Amino acid sequence: MSQSIASTPIANNAVAQLQSPGTKEFIQETGALTRRLFIQLQRRPTTLVAGVIQPLMWLILFGALFQNVPSDLFGESRNYGQFLGAGIIVFTAFAGALNAGLPVMFDREFGFLNRLLVAPLASRFSIVVASALFIATMSLIQTTAIVGLSAVLGAGLPGPAGLLLMTFIVLLLVFGVTALSLGLAFALPGHIELLAVIFITNLPLLFASTALVPLSFMPSWLQVVASLNPLSYAIEPIRYIYLHSDWDFGSTVMQAPFGDISLGLAVGLLLTFSVVALATIRPLISRRIS
Amino acid sequence: MPPAVLVENLKKSYGSVEAVKDVSFAIEPGEIFGLLGPNGAGKTTTIRCLCTLTTPDAGKLELMGVSVSNNPRTARQLLGYIAQEVAPDKVLTGRELLELQAAIYHLPKTQARERIDQMLTLLEITDIADRRTGSYSGGQLKRLDLAAGLLHQPAVLILDEPTVGLDIESRSAVWRFLRQLREQGTTILLTSHYLEEVDALAGRVAIIDRGKVISTGTPAALKAEVGGDRITLRIREFTGDDEAEHARSLLADLPVVQDVIINSAQGNSLNLVVDKGGEALPTVQAALKEADLPIFGIAQSQPSLDDVYLAATGRTLMDAEMAAVGKRDLKKERKASMK
Repeated sequence: MSQSIASTPIANNAVAQLQSPGTKEFIQETGALTRRLFIQLQRRPTTLVAGVIQPLMWLILFGALFQNVPSDLFGESRNYGQFLGAGIIVFTAFAGALNAGLPVMFDREFGFLNRLLVAPLASRFSIVVASALFIATMSLIQTTAIVGLSAVLGAGLPGPAGLLLMTFIVLLLVFGVTALSLGLAFALPGHIELLAVIFITNLPLLFASTALVPLSFMPSWLQVVASLNPLSYAIEPIRYIYLHSDWDFGSTVMQAPFGDISLGLAVGLLLTFSVVALATIRPLISRRIS
Repeated sequence: MPPAVLVENLKKSYGSVEAVKDVSFAIEPGEIFGLLGPNGAGKTTTIRCLCTLTTPDAGKLELMGVSVSNNPRTARQLLGYIAQEVAPDKVLTGRELLELQAAIYHLPKTQARERIDQMLTLLEITDIADRRTGSYSGGQLKRLDLAAGLLHQPAVLILDEPTVGLDIESRSAVWRFLRQLREQGTTILLTSHYLEEVDALAGRVAIIDRGKVISTGTPAALKAEVGGDRITLRIREFTGDDEAEHARSLLADLPVVQDVIINSAQGNSLNLVVDKGGEALPTVQAALKEADLPIFGIAQSQPSLDDVYLAATGRTLMDAEMAAVGKRDLKKERKASMK
């Protein structure tokens, strides 16, 4: 086969580059795809600006709404604003990640994805990794803004180790949800359907989590639902880190109806969620696009 | 040496719609090969299968002897694909798009920069390279897309309707460029429903209709095969139905005339298939004069590719095109192709 190809110089050139692709090629294509997303962001910064303003409004307005609720309803938090911070951090990261599939869906609809699919990508997973890197960066910028404003509003600031663990928790959630959203972007027929899924997932998952009120505040059936919601497993550890500078992985962060959840267990479950999400979409994406 | 492109008994259905029923052709290295047929004939599906965008239901596909289904990555490396609709990222500049393209084909950085400059110069778009593609005209976008598709020096360039929607100037620029490419040894496969495009560019043609190849050969050979000459006759600028029918029956009886069709789409002009040679035209003119019928216009020509199509399918390409317009579910096709 290769001898016959060698007789045309151009084909020869093509075959010479064909040594089975490795990490270098994967990094090259992922880098280029990520760069595209950041160029888009730089030239259309509206998404980022709105993405930072929105959670800050949540924090200020929603915080004010419940300002007069007796503080003992919110467990150890001194005030509702302090309680709410963790919820807004996680919800904002979650909402951003949930939208990750939209640009990919539009690339499908406009035919740009075909440009990538006819190219000899080392792995089509680079499309997923590029999106995840981009969304993760966006989330970290948003998180920084929320943490900053919370501190100004009197919620305090965790120590360096706490901040690091918070970042890790946010990233775990972001990777898992981004993966699911990208999976949907390949599985659903069009952006209308994807938007519909985003709309019906977004707020219910917020309300059925511990973002706005503690578990103890909820009716028992909702406690069960909220204890199964991955968002709670990101919110409660972050809330705990905010309130306890002496946290460790054994600390109990959530009293679920089926037992106490320690910080370490919560992080472990989030990690499992992320890995399972990525593993689930991997075959879906390779079937759809190879 | 294997053919540059080999398609054998390709089949592909979308649900109950058989987009491609049986398509076979082989393209020699360095050839421009045209796939001619009306919209909906199966050209784009055939090309999508070759480009690994669609998995065929059956059939053999090879590029430079490499099986497309067994070695899709190798196939992708070997081909450059220019889709019918250019899908640039409006926010990127032309140069940024090419840089992205170079990276997904894994060109080393310095080589990429050289190739990009080279292609920009070749396609005469250097001056707009640093503007966002959202501001490009259709012709400029097509040139950019050609530059993108050729960055990695593919052995086979595949173009789907390369000049649809382009102005005349851009169209001839694309034609010139494709001829230039062929001279440098690139094999080119293009689809078109423009007769003159295929006639002007392609060394060989496969005429495709309703998912099947109905004829393959050089344009000249295909035309010679149909035989005879053509006379286009207009009694008046717009001839009445009765008068046209009268003239048709009159002319059909002449021994030099093989066939007469009334073309109602063009003011009831008459299309005659006549014996080759010089006698047909004066004979027809004399017969009309004798019957006291005027002549608005009359012209004799050799058969065109459209006549080849007509002879094979019983309808002209234009008619087929019109017939296909209402029948296709474009939304469904788009969905099916949106992978």
